[in-house]
Amino acid sequence: MQKSLYALMQSMLGSLRDLLPIIIVIAFFQLVVLQQPLPDLVGVMTGVVFVVLGLTFFIYGLEMGLFPIGESMAHAFARKGSVSWLIAFAFALGFGTTVAEPALIAVAAEAAQVAANGGMIENNPDARSVYANGLRFTVAFAVGLAIVIGVVRILKGWSIQYMIMGGYMLVVLMTGLAPQWIIGIAYDSGGVTTSTITVPLVTALGVGLASSIEGRNPMIDGFGLIAFASLTPMIFVMAYGMVV
Amino acid sequence: MELIISLLSILFSTIKDVIPIAAIIFGFQLFVIRRPIKDLRRVLFGFGYVIVGLAFFLLGLEKALFPLGRLMAEQLTNPEFLRQGLSSAADVLHWDDYYWVYIFAFAIGASTTIAEPSLIAVAIKANEVSGGTIGIWGLRISVALGVAVGISLGTFRIVSGVPIHYFIITGYVLVVIQTFFAPKMIVPLAYDSGGVTTSTVTVPLVAALGLGLAETVPGRSALLDGFGLIAFASLFPMITVMGYAQITEFKQKRLRAARHAELDRDNKS
Repeated sequence: MQKSLYALMQSMLGSLRDLLPIIIVIAFFQLVVLQQPLPDLVGVMTGVVFVVLGLTFFIYGLEMGLFPIGESMAHAFARKGSVSWLIAFAFALGFGTTVAEPALIAVAAEAAQVAANGGMIENNPDARSVYANGLRFTVAFAVGLAIVIGVVRILKGWSIQYMIMGGYMLVVLMTGLAPQWIIGIAYDSGGVTTSTITVPLVTALGVGLASSIEGRNPMIDGFGLIAFASLTPMIFVMAYGMVV
Repeated sequence: MELIISLLSILFSTIKDVIPIAAIIFGFQLFVIRRPIKDLRRVLFGFGYVIVGLAFFLLGLEKALFPLGRLMAEQLTNPEFLRQGLSSAADVLHWDDYYWVYIFAFAIGASTTIAEPSLIAVAIKANEVSGGTIGIWGLRISVALGVAVGISLGTFRIVSGVPIHYFIITGYVLVVIQTFFAPKMIVPLAYDSGGVTTSTVTVPLVAALGLGLAETVPGRSALLDGFGLIAFASLFPMITVMGYAQITEFKQKRLRAARHAELDRDNKS
């Protein structure tokens, strides 16, 4: 009991250390640069305690739940040897975690507003929601596809450089062709898709797959899934802006 | 009381986010893999910890740090604050009058990245898989440095009005060149670290900074220029992470060369 309490204290100290830079930056700018007092000191301190507790619990849970389940499923699929189920799982994981992502819903609604203001679609709630939903499913599909591509890459042992470079070449090319107003949204949509729960799961899946297939190096082949997941949405969102 | 209500509402929305993920995982586990999960109790507890942890984390950020950070972004980009350094009211603001904005962008980019939970997760995994060659802190600090440089360049772009593609394309060219010279094993991880950086902590603060700048700098539109900071924040970590690996490799080579030289000397004498 005492031992685990000690471990908990230690990881809380670690979380506090992770948070310390933000506290220092904010305090410095507030007190020295802007020369204003810290408002609501008690509230801020409570908030900091919550963040430290939250980060500690999250990392505990990560090593207990998310990492083991991601890896054990990767091993199970590799042992089962069914590629089509693995691909179905990869797609479902990418699509399912993205379609309900709050950050994506917010960005899609914003994009619909921009499109309506620019006269691309009719400016009424119906047309906007149709447009926003279309965008949301496009991004979710793109992420699902990205995880599938990434998993196939691990199975085949293709090297990642050329695929990612080709993808970015496509992004640059499409930036020239897509309507101006969608570009910022497209670039940002690559960043919003990878949430805090998806990242550890997908990483564990990739590393688990690469370590259970003979001839794959978990370091070289296991990583890279997130890179695909932040690349494809850019391409698909620009395509969506060009087509719709 | 109010705190408990907002904690519960955040807890519910976190659970709502996790439900589809849990449904997919347990669905495939039950119907496709058809094997009991090893240590099911432990895994479920782990999921519980993750949900509770995220809820506390988000609540704390929303209560304490985000309002302050957003307020600061507004105040720093406020023309009144920026004009303090000017002698007469007729002077026009130049890009170099915004130096506090660039410094703030750098500092906030670096510090929020250090606290980013998904980056911590990837760093733990990378350290484990590489057998300790890639240090948890080495990776986190190089990613943080990349985000910091990216965001302060991004704010400079908004202020100066230089088109975004110049930076992005130059950045990609650098990434391509480094890919050929960096140690093979770092490349996929470096590509991943671009996507990992921009999640819960960094995005809200950075977005506030970008939008605040685009609204107050004359001649910028919030819609066209306010976006795009995230793209900077996910490009530069690739460069710094590969750079980190290159420096580590270079150091090890030099160390080895020095040791060889010493051995040679010992052999001769």
